Amino acid sequence: MTATTTAPHRPGGRVDFGRTVWVWRTGPLALRVDRRSVLVCAVLAAVTAVFGVLTLGSGSLPLTPAQVLSALFDPDADHRARLVVVNWRLPRLLFALVCGAALAISGAIFQSLTRNPLGSPDVIGFASGSYAGASVVMLLLGTADYLAVASGSLTGGAVTALLVYLLAYRGGLAPFRLIIVGIAVGAFLSSLTSMMLLSVSPQQAMLAATWGAGSLSGLGFAQLGPAAAVFAALLVCSGAVVRPLVHLEMGDDTAAALGVDAQRTRLLATVAGVALTALVTAAVGPIAFVALAAPQIAQRLTRSCTTLRIVPAALTGATLLVAADFVALRVDVPVGVVTVSVGGVYLAWLLARQYAGRRR
Amino acid sequence: MTALTTRPARTPVPARLEVIDASLGYARRTVCEHLDVTVPDGSFTVIIGPNACGKSTLLRALSRLLKPGTGRVVLDGRALDSYGTKEVARRLGLLPQTAQAPDGITVADLVARGRHPHQGLLRQWTEEDERAVADAMAATSVTDLSGRPVDELSGGQRQRVWVAMVLAQRTPLLLLDEPTTFLDIAHQIDLLELFADLHRTGHTLVAVLHDLNQAARYASHLIALREGRVVATGTPWEVVTADLVEEVFGLPCRVVPDPVTDTPMVVPLARPRSTR
Amino acid sequence: MKTASPPDAPTGAARDVPGPRRGAGPVRRVRHRPLVLLAALALLLAAAVLSVMVGARPLAPGTVFDALFHYDDSDAHLMVRELRVPRTVIGLVVGTALGLSGALIQAFTRNPLADPGILGVNAGASLAVTFAVAVLGITSAARFVWFALAGAFVLTVLVYVLGSIGAGRGTPVKLTLAGVAFSAVCGGLTSAMVLKSTATLDVMRFWGVGSVGGRSLDILPVALPLIGTGLVLGLLSAGALNALALGDDTARALGTRLVATRVTVVLAVTLLAGTAVAVAGPIAFVGLMVPHVVRWFVGPDQRWILPLTVVVAPAFLLAADIVGRVVLPSGELRVGLVTALVGAPVLVVLVRRRKVSTL
Repeated sequence: MTATTTAPHRPGGRVDFGRTVWVWRTGPLALRVDRRSVLVCAVLAAVTAVFGVLTLGSGSLPLTPAQVLSALFDPDADHRARLVVVNWRLPRLLFALVCGAALAISGAIFQSLTRNPLGSPDVIGFASGSYAGASVVMLLLGTADYLAVASGSLTGGAVTALLVYLLAYRGGLAPFRLIIVGIAVGAFLSSLTSMMLLSVSPQQAMLAATWGAGSLSGLGFAQLGPAAAVFAALLVCSGAVVRPLVHLEMGDDTAAALGVDAQRTRLLATVAGVALTALVTAAVGPIAFVALAAPQIAQRLTRSCTTLRIVPAALTGATLLVAADFVALRVDVPVGVVTVSVGGVYLAWLLARQYAGRRR
Repeated sequence: MTALTTRPARTPVPARLEVIDASLGYARRTVCEHLDVTVPDGSFTVIIGPNACGKSTLLRALSRLLKPGTGRVVLDGRALDSYGTKEVARRLGLLPQTAQAPDGITVADLVARGRHPHQGLLRQWTEEDERAVADAMAATSVTDLSGRPVDELSGGQRQRVWVAMVLAQRTPLLLLDEPTTFLDIAHQIDLLELFADLHRTGHTLVAVLHDLNQAARYASHLIALREGRVVATGTPWEVVTADLVEEVFGLPCRVVPDPVTDTPMVVPLARPRSTR
Repeated sequence: MKTASPPDAPTGAARDVPGPRRGAGPVRRVRHRPLVLLAALALLLAAAVLSVMVGARPLAPGTVFDALFHYDDSDAHLMVRELRVPRTVIGLVVGTALGLSGALIQAFTRNPLADPGILGVNAGASLAVTFAVAVLGITSAARFVWFALAGAFVLTVLVYVLGSIGAGRGTPVKLTLAGVAFSAVCGGLTSAMVLKSTATLDVMRFWGVGSVGGRSLDILPVALPLIGTGLVLGLLSAGALNALALGDDTARALGTRLVATRVTVVLAVTLLAGTAVAVAGPIAFVGLMVPHVVRWFVGPDQRWILPLTVVVAPAFLLAADIVGRVVLPSGELRVGLVTALVGAPVLVVLVRRRKVSTL
């Protein structure tokens, strides 16, 4: 890795980006990254690791960080500690990582797509659709079986997203029409869900409401495998679609002139964003706010001109969810409840700080 | 006449870009029918005509932003829609009117976005990318601004940055949609001189310009449009005549040689009071 | 988001070009404005009359008329006076407040996704009511009103304070984000309390879906002055909001006092939406949808949008409430549900048929 500041100066070579960039060129690779982004990502990863170890150590069998690390990496460690940490607690942590990252990428894609900081997969009704689907399974069919609820939520979300897309399609896809239709369909489904909640016993309502808040409890390696595989595949797709998508922020004509197929990119981005949310919702329920907040937080941390930087966004999302899960374990509430609170506090703090910085 | 040996010359100057018997328009409105337009290789082609005559529509068709209803657009001997999107973008650069800079983006970042058609998932910033961006910024004199946010720049600087982005694309063909709009006269000339330099160094340029005198001064090839039809094509002295200006724009005028460049210069006559 | 009514552009990007390219649409819209207003007034009148006439128990129009003007203490008269009239009046008041606050917040933030809850009103009210239920053990709906009112106002003040720190003070985007942030925190705390106790959940799942039924008119002496003040402040800012739509710089050049306008609008939205949520609980969709629909009919002029919204929104709310009463006479279909169930399909049909104006 060479810093451009040390590269030999020749006319027509060096470009000043107004900040330190690192360029890495070997073989087929030619990458450019901002130093700030790299540092931010490193810090985020470190914070995630710390919270991860703390999470693995907390529960009915409290363990010190040292005990957690030895249980993780030392095969000869205390058998009981290994069982608790690796078999019981690790899947939950990994789920938090994957889901946080997936939600954040999905949010980044939708905020860029709709050019609106309030844009999120929810604008096309996915969350309300999957909540409605899961509620039908839990309240009308009366089963709380993990697979049944997951497929209910997946079906509900996918059908809703498809419906919104079809209703909004009229000789092309205007982002604005998509948003309005999404809000309308989402509101419609939320009302149906509320109706179901009002018509059942308080205990059943509690069951649905807990799922609706999004919870990581009761997850094991059996559920993690498929989720991680799907996430990996979607990560690659998102990486490919993000590069053309970022150019759409300059207007369709400019993007087209740079060789971007606007309609196709938009469709692929929508599919990737929805699929990422679908993955999370099916696995752990609708975890609120990470998709909305993580890209915004990452953008402010890296001082980027777009929310569509998926590595910092994904790491922010993962950090957010892992930290939230740590808190959720302590106060015994579903993790979605904490993400909302923690993300909100952090966004507020960030806003306040940003003003102070700008006043100068 | 340079380097024509690589292909059979059917005409003295082969066409880079051609519109053949095309009808152009939008969902409910056809702007042009049976349109034939040729952009000669190595030319600085300027499209002139009154408002709403189809200038921008023609440019959109040439740059593949608008698909012809019938007929076709041909780039370097092949139908435009048979190319991949990035392939077109490596041959043909476009400066649209509607470009928006993302909030807070710096000049260098924006110019670097022009390299998109040359980049891939793994090849995001090659030596060549860096050279192209640096050269483009140097050519448009925005190197000193490179770390500044685009939204802090003046209108003239901002337009030069957009031109730099298109230049960084390193395409032999450049399409410019009213590039001088919103600029003061000094910045207009500045930019047009830059285009003239690009023309001299072998680029083929197509521009839509509003100012007839500037068009006549810088173009090597003029296309005059009126109500979606080509009224005249040729060198400035062939096209810019008093009769034609009257026919196309409805403006009575005299055409005199420009005292500096000896190109045709349109001097409008005072309109008789009775017509208003 | 510009005010220019966009041409039927093939791409999303061209929409952002402000410009003189206006088709015949706005001209036609302008000419029809008085007609639209008259039609809306007729609609409101019809909705109000129907709301008193229609109910779980069918009554002859004559009986209803007598109940209003020749009251005789019979069961039927009692029902009209004690149930249907309050329900209609509450619906009118709440609908007006929700509609106008929605129109104001959308114009103010220049964001068509904004709804009155965006400054934290609903979240604050919900948190306060949940607190009353879960911690203080209050279960009478009548006393929720005061908690809801206090919660709504306290939270909006907090949002405004956070949104006004430093140089970029009070800009719509920062206020929106501040609202989102605080609402999120409140939402989290609310969920945490609700999910801890089934009893709390049982109360909150009903309060959380707004209703205009079963409320007493006792709240009106407090609610009416608050909403009235909000109404006056809101309607008076129409001109300033028109200027604001052209961007902050242009607005200032046109002689608009930015800070004064912002404070006025935020105050109006808080008074209107805060009181509405206290009176009826959170009712979704009215504040979001009605201004959109109105804008499609009369164009981007706030001097028409705001008054027309004031007329259309209560008509819509009453109509939704009537539908709920007719479909499920047991009263389970609360108006907070019907607004979305009825409004969503209407919005979808409209958005597909009309040229969409972003704002």
